[in-house]
Amino acid sequence: MSANGKKKGRKALFAQGNEAVVEGALIAGCSFYAGYPITPSSEIMELMAQKLPARPEGVFIQMEDEIGGLGAVIGASLAGRKAMTATSGPGFSLMQEHIGYACMVEAPLVLVNVMRGGPSTGLPTSPAQGDVQQARWGTHGDHPIIVLSASDVQECLEMTVTAFNMAEKYRTPVILLLDEITAHTREKIFVPPAEEFEIVNRTTPTMPPEWYKPYEETVRGVPPMPPLGSGYRFHVTGLSHDSNGFPTSRPDEVVALMERMHRKIDQFLYQVQIVREFECADCEVCVVAYGSVARSAELAVTQARGQGLKAGLLKLGTLFPFPRRALEKILGHSRAVIVPEMNMGQISREVKRVNNGRALVRTVNRVDGQIITPDEILKAIKKV
Amino acid sequence: MSEFTGNEIIHQYLRHNKKFPHVLCPGCGHGIVLGSLIRSVHSLALAKDDVVLVAGIGCSGRLAVYVDFNTVHTTHGRALTFATGIKMANPKLKVICIMGDGDALSIGGNHLIHAARRNIGITALILNNNIYGMTGGQCSPTTPEGSWSMTSPFGQMEKSFDIVELGTAAGANFVARGTVFHIHNLDRMVSKAIERPGFNLVEIVSPCHTQFGRKNKYKSPVDMYRWIKKNATPLERYNELPEEQRAGRLPLGVFVERDAPGLEERYQALKEKLMEGAS
Repeated sequence: MSANGKKKGRKALFAQGNEAVVEGALIAGCSFYAGYPITPSSEIMELMAQKLPARPEGVFIQMEDEIGGLGAVIGASLAGRKAMTATSGPGFSLMQEHIGYACMVEAPLVLVNVMRGGPSTGLPTSPAQGDVQQARWGTHGDHPIIVLSASDVQECLEMTVTAFNMAEKYRTPVILLLDEITAHTREKIFVPPAEEFEIVNRTTPTMPPEWYKPYEETVRGVPPMPPLGSGYRFHVTGLSHDSNGFPTSRPDEVVALMERMHRKIDQFLYQVQIVREFECADCEVCVVAYGSVARSAELAVTQARGQGLKAGLLKLGTLFPFPRRALEKILGHSRAVIVPEMNMGQISREVKRVNNGRALVRTVNRVDGQIITPDEILKAIKKV
Repeated sequence: MSEFTGNEIIHQYLRHNKKFPHVLCPGCGHGIVLGSLIRSVHSLALAKDDVVLVAGIGCSGRLAVYVDFNTVHTTHGRALTFATGIKMANPKLKVICIMGDGDALSIGGNHLIHAARRNIGITALILNNNIYGMTGGQCSPTTPEGSWSMTSPFGQMEKSFDIVELGTAAGANFVARGTVFHIHNLDRMVSKAIERPGFNLVEIVSPCHTQFGRKNKYKSPVDMYRWIKKNATPLERYNELPEEQRAGRLPLGVFVERDAPGLEERYQALKEKLMEGAS
């Protein structure tokens, strides 16, 4: 995004990440919010409470807990709405069962998790990135999931739109992981006019209802999805189901469901995996970072370059499915990889897995609720 | 009002592409509830497309799959949250929630009281069989004090919930109790609960011989129905009984009938006001 605010139709805004998420959601067509307040994500809910009731189709409801919040969001999604909720660590833990349900019934939705220090109540007003592996594996059972992240306020807006688009396109829950710094930092952003964005809507069936099979195998692996009450009556269940949506325990039908569920995302990895490379073309030391840490990393890399060190930054927009190919390309010419994270090492596990012993992998970790500074990353770059 | 009209009507509403037989045990009351639900929908002349049947987990949860409505089989205890989302997203739909006693009162107790407090336009049918049936007969919040179950092998020590009192206190528009033995009554209650605005709660006593009866000295399912027949008392008569004769009686009838508008109606009114202000 250029910093040229004079471009036609763009609205300049001084906003925090949570507000940008709401802007993005409304641009993407979100018309339903249900949730439960929790620091540091509450501003998303408060803003939705103000904006949605005043919009033609908008629905806002505060539920009794986070479990109910995500339940209502899934219900609204089945009824044809683009729906979202936002939460933070403890609420995210409560939502895990329903994330699995949404995967199983293939309900598109967006879940924003503003990460704070954990475990348990932890550090409610401090940043962390401790929910990364939980976002991938938190719900029980094998399941595909898309996890995105954003590192500044402008990205919060754009990533929210992307999250809705991916959710609708692949009929899947999409988790947007922010950290407290990104969510609460106020900076100037530009809101492009809505028509500049590509907005994806779910495919709805066009065949007569009696021909419709709700979980039919398709080329894309994504069956069309009618809203409840539109004449296509079918059964939705969290039980393993056949292509008609009815419960089954037949191994051939169960495996077909599981394989399609994974294939529908895996075969589009090139579209799902978003990364940004910064000085990566010839780097010898590559920093892999995401969220607010990526901003520190960018400055550290710039400073390292100024001192003649061949450093680069691979900024992850998509955390899962992990952008393996983008990293492998850089591993071809890097002797060391540095992974700074505000956790004990969660994405570094993925980096080490892809690296498979080729380059030296060093981590920079903080779990004290403090930001990782550019100096700390620069020191690590110099050390290798 | 609906009258018992035999199987022809029920067949029109069952799913013919669903592989029967069903999962329910011989003597189970849940099938009778499903029949009552179908007759009620039929007597109200609701279109199948407009009815969303949301079910929880357990024996009662499995009922949804057999009927040709929009059916959503959700997670344990959370059926009302999905139903809330569906109703708010599309208030034109008739949202009916089927839950069991463990489902609605134990794991889903929080959602039940809040749905009643909101008075959202949902019909909630709680099929009370006093036990966790599908998981194998563990005690539930409605297992009577002193009864035996797999997890109360020395008798249930805890007091049980009164669903009617709970729903009334939480603010439901309509609260009633029926049984699968009194079908005409049940049909009338369910029809009313579907027709009326706001949150309408019906407790339906539906015996489980397999998991509850066998452990509690009911020789056969018929014995359990006999127990209902013997102890069920119409509410009017129950109220006239002296205190000492009320113990062990099962009062049946409509306990609460209020006409407060549902949450979705109030929300729509707010929207119209806000939109008017904006234009």
